[in-house]
Amino acid sequence: MADYSSLDIRQRSASTETAPAIRHHEEVAKLIDVSKCIGCKACQSACEEWNDLRDDVGINVGVYDNPHDLTAKSWTLMRFAEYENPETNNLEWLIRKDGCMHCTDPGCLKACPSPGAIVQYSNGIVDFIEDHCIGCGYCVKGCPFNIPRISKADNKAYKCTLCSDRVAVGQAPACAKACPTGAIMFGTKDAMIEQAHDRVEDLKSRGFDQAGLYDPKGVGGTHVMYVLHHNDKPHLYNGLPDDPKISPLVAFWKGGAKMFGLATMGFAAVAGFFHYVTAGPNEVVPEEEEEAIDLKEGREHRGSRDDRPSA
Amino acid sequence: MTIHQDIRDGESRPLREVKPEPQKVLYVPRYTGLQRVNHWITAILFTLLTLSGLAMFTPYLFSLTGLFGGGQATRAIHPWFGVALMVSFALLFLRFWRLNLPNRDDVEWSKRIGDVVTNREDRLPELGKYNAGQKGVFWGQTALISIMFVTGLVIWDQYFYPLTTIETKRWALLAHSLAAVIAIAIIVVHIYAGIWVRGTGRAMMRGTVTGGWAYRHHRKWFRQIVGERPVKTGSIDKRGH
Repeated sequence: MADYSSLDIRQRSASTETAPAIRHHEEVAKLIDVSKCIGCKACQSACEEWNDLRDDVGINVGVYDNPHDLTAKSWTLMRFAEYENPETNNLEWLIRKDGCMHCTDPGCLKACPSPGAIVQYSNGIVDFIEDHCIGCGYCVKGCPFNIPRISKADNKAYKCTLCSDRVAVGQAPACAKACPTGAIMFGTKDAMIEQAHDRVEDLKSRGFDQAGLYDPKGVGGTHVMYVLHHNDKPHLYNGLPDDPKISPLVAFWKGGAKMFGLATMGFAAVAGFFHYVTAGPNEVVPEEEEEAIDLKEGREHRGSRDDRPSA
Repeated sequence: MTIHQDIRDGESRPLREVKPEPQKVLYVPRYTGLQRVNHWITAILFTLLTLSGLAMFTPYLFSLTGLFGGGQATRAIHPWFGVALMVSFALLFLRFWRLNLPNRDDVEWSKRIGDVVTNREDRLPELGKYNAGQKGVFWGQTALISIMFVTGLVIWDQYFYPLTTIETKRWALLAHSLAAVIAIAIIVVHIYAGIWVRGTGRAMMRGTVTGGWAYRHHRKWFRQIVGERPVKTGSIDKRGH
């Protein structure tokens, strides 16, 4: 979404050009401390406000999640889960702010066929550049977290930008700015990891033995990380993947299948050419035209088929 | 105008084309006008699908989207080409499936594939309207187009997104692209066969083949044709209708 002139691009979808490399940008990250979230949805409001989005008014079906799912106009969403902890018999209200994780190895970018429609800046933010988007939905299939949404209005993909426009000018993302409990923090990735370790230590001292930092290695780490009380069971948090990685189907489709495809089609064409060069055309000889007429007219063959000159 | 002179043997004489007696040639009907139109509509759609599909298959060929008015337009039109191809191919299928049923000759022909590719037709069995290679193209395309149609619907997000899971769509996308590259490779062979086996093109362009062609490549079919209905004869410089 952003004007990225102040950010260098590290990866660009469907492109082979070398990335600019003379500047060094710190990797940034957003740290979401689920244990401090109260589910107020200030982050959702701030996101709509800053990005100038107004989602359609939905229908209340008796759950706290509002809207029910991420949409092309709702780039972040509080997901509420009620969990009865069998060890403590406590009811735990696990509230996770869902949205793009800004993977280091982004499946969306890998799947995208349109040059420059998805970029990764050198600070780690993954951004959709909508004017290059063709609306094919490959990013939806590439994403291990089910984040991108295609708009019905313009057939383009949308998702959280990590407020790349704000970050480019040294501001924190709108959601982090609005969070009243400080559950959403923003800074360099190193600083956020350090911060997370403090939080994890604190949680462990309060009896959450499995507390930990969710920075999944399967996608090379992410630039949105969670502090979870139950880091051994991320799926408790409304199906947060335990071990997210780019689907092998997508990896094969964009890797092996592409090479296989180009090789197969190329081979067919080259094989044809060389067959022609060596075997030559298969031509009807004049005698066969005569034989055909004879056969039609029921006459005796003037020669057997074996002694005709072969082409 | 220049008059060309042949001066190779020291004598000078105007170079003239030697006109042999026009050879009598038989013309055998192979495809009706409707069948040819049906075939070429299918072929045009297949070409459009290949170009628009490859544009979305590999970034190296993304520039092909320019032929269709840009990426969004390519993405939008590709599935509609597919629907049209499905209809067009279904008509071809209904017309020709019976003639493409495999038989004993196909086994013999396939065993002698070495003679086939070296143009030793004299060592091959007499064949009906289609040889095993042509039947392979027919059934291969039938299977692959069916696969591409079904998987294409699964990944046609504009209309069918809510009907399947993302995991299903991943399978569909992979199957769709693999089926496509195999289908394209088969069509490359199909086109090449039309270039390699001389006189084949006119079957689809003009509807007829020469008697010699039929005699050489599909003699069993030729015997059937000449037994059943009268065939026009004419000299080679006339239009063979």
